Amino acid sequence: MRLELHEVHVSDIQWGERTEVVDHVLRVNREEAAAALAGEDRFASVRLDLARPGESVRIIPVKDVVEPRVKLKGGRGYFPGFFAPPETAGEGVTLVLKGAAVVTCGPIVAFQEGFIDMSGTGADYTPFSKTNNLVLTVEPVEGLGKHAYEEALRLAGLKLALYLAEACREAKPDEIRVFEKGSITEENEKYPNLPRILYICMAITQGLLHDTFLYSADMKTVLPTLLHPNEVLDGALVSGNCVSACDKNTTYHHVNNPVVEALYRRHGKDLNFLGVVPTVEDVRLAGKERASSMNAALAKNLGAHGVIVTEEGYGNPDTDLCLNAKKCENFGIRTVVISDEAAGTDGASQSLADATPEMSAFVSSGNVNEMIEVPPMKTVLGHPEAIANLSGGAAESLRPDGSMFVELQAVIGSTCELGFSRIGCEWI
Amino acid sequence: MTIRVVHYINQFYAGLGGEEAANALPESRKGAVGPGVQLQTLFGEKAEIVGTVICGDGTYGERTEEARADCIRLIEAFQPDLLVAGPAFNAGRYGFACGDICSAAGKMLGIPTVTALYPENPGVELFAKNTVIVQAADSARGMKAALEGLARVGLKLASGEPLGPARLEGTISRGIRKNFFFEKNGAERAVEMLLDKIAGRPFRTEYEMPVFKRIPPAPPIKDLKTATIALVCSGGIVPKGNPDHIRVSSAETYGRYNISELNDLTPETYESIHGGYDRVWANQDPDVVLPVDVMRELEREGVIGKLYDWIYTTTGTGTAVAHAERFGREIGAQLKEAGVDGVILTST
Repeated sequence: MRLELHEVHVSDIQWGERTEVVDHVLRVNREEAAAALAGEDRFASVRLDLARPGESVRIIPVKDVVEPRVKLKGGRGYFPGFFAPPETAGEGVTLVLKGAAVVTCGPIVAFQEGFIDMSGTGADYTPFSKTNNLVLTVEPVEGLGKHAYEEALRLAGLKLALYLAEACREAKPDEIRVFEKGSITEENEKYPNLPRILYICMAITQGLLHDTFLYSADMKTVLPTLLHPNEVLDGALVSGNCVSACDKNTTYHHVNNPVVEALYRRHGKDLNFLGVVPTVEDVRLAGKERASSMNAALAKNLGAHGVIVTEEGYGNPDTDLCLNAKKCENFGIRTVVISDEAAGTDGASQSLADATPEMSAFVSSGNVNEMIEVPPMKTVLGHPEAIANLSGGAAESLRPDGSMFVELQAVIGSTCELGFSRIGCEWI
Repeated sequence: MTIRVVHYINQFYAGLGGEEAANALPESRKGAVGPGVQLQTLFGEKAEIVGTVICGDGTYGERTEEARADCIRLIEAFQPDLLVAGPAFNAGRYGFACGDICSAAGKMLGIPTVTALYPENPGVELFAKNTVIVQAADSARGMKAALEGLARVGLKLASGEPLGPARLEGTISRGIRKNFFFEKNGAERAVEMLLDKIAGRPFRTEYEMPVFKRIPPAPPIKDLKTATIALVCSGGIVPKGNPDHIRVSSAETYGRYNISELNDLTPETYESIHGGYDRVWANQDPDVVLPVDVMRELEREGVIGKLYDWIYTTTGTGTAVAHAERFGREIGAQLKEAGVDGVILTST
């Protein structure tokens, strides 16, 4: 399977007469972009804004972040099952507006979205302070149920990202990245002496607005399955999560999964990358046992020597993480996990809700409870009062001058357990 | 501006003698004394040891309050920016004195403090939370390294430079987790760690697995019909308006509310403030998380003797284990005191 990502580098975003990329500036026709969302009768109003790196702008409450992409060859549209036929992703050519992002905003579940600051302390902790953002804020029609609101906003974000990329499909790529790997049998023959590595990617699938979609299928009813890494890098996974902001994997994170990229870089050199198993975080213990058993069995049957497991969220998914590590290790498969920590605002608490001795190789993506102080921003997009209700925030978090004192967990992507950023905990 | 340092040492390092001089009373001298001379060399021009405070280990250990007060007075007279104590290696009484005087100077004079101890020195466990402790060898053979550590860490503290991870600073961890930015992202670190683990090479896990306490279950209730049963909830169900401002996540408090007059929780009286789940249905009927209605039925039917008059409730999401443990201990003690026979814990 061969995937070419044709990356057009975007270093600025501006309103313009037509939507296009000119000299690395993404120009957006505001009316046309809004019109791309027409036909969604669940929105009372749609608002589009721009937010650039370094600006004094706060975006709150953020639901999802989506990278603008479109298939140029080997398919059409993007996000199979949503805005592309539900066929295998990961083949052909995909156009990527690298450095641009669509940010969706809306108070769906009062507590479970976070914020992005484009400058100041908060900006250091989120990757989306470095992207040129088209911010979509929608107000639902009166009486719209939360679940319908979530779905409508999720689809609108995907649609808007696709619109941007589609309009720029003639743009000349600045960089072409190729991801190519044969079938497992072919790669095993090519690299018989390299350790075979499987990646188990846990996703929040708890229902009640805590959902992840695989080829548009709601994953909470999906059993663990094997994907070619290209499928993940080409839109097979979509976030539908309204959950603590710091460690939910946005759709942007999924298509830029850093574990997939890191394993790919070493494929054929230090290791043989078998593939990716997206797996569930069931709310029931029986579901956790079933999924972890199936994950370990998949790893064993594929002849894996090593497994990387990444978590999404914290709390009860810590148990899924433990079970995945334990069952793989019990098969003699060496396992490393990536997880964040809830060590308390003082950092003095035990960090996990569950633990097991088999989890002996742990990569930390930071303490979600650590307090940060963020300065006031000149412009606030979305609903500033929402901070009182964010996980990690409290009524007193927002001060009269607009500065905030909040837990890191209110910042989108700050402790992403895919290991997207360089943050991690140490003992002091 | 040169940083003003006071150095605390015991009778032995001040040249007064060994055990026979352990009752030496607190005194101070201008400038560096004993190991302080080498410490001053390491500080160079960045800091000056303006005075040395000396106290016998016996005096400090046996008449701690008095010795501490005297030493603090002597230290304060030099108007220091930093207090350095020791190194005390594995000397128990000296380690105690170093830890205690650092801890006191930090609190009373508001200056940064640092000492150097062997990890098993009892002073570590007593004072690690109150002062910075450079990891030292178990005897004076490690003097050079200990003084280098004290000088380096001391300068950082006095100039307000944040300390890095304990393993890189050479300090003894205070048991605190803190965020840092690594050179590589988490995914790269994970792949490297995995390749090391597979190849049998040494690797450093970034978090050692904690050991959970095992709580033995209480004996079964003999007769449910006469038992008082309490409801305790981590599902964020609180009286409407959240009167005690329990946080929506990472709660550090819990609430206690009287339900003796209630047969049913309604959207008018109760709500969910929990930050970890979709509250739509819990707000329509809070009983789905905190089942007062069903418990009242069981009470009427005589299945249970009585539903306890008070509920305890908090939000269980992102909650630090240390807080959760405290909630459990306090609530358990109160329920036991009230003669409650059994508890139903509801979550979400």
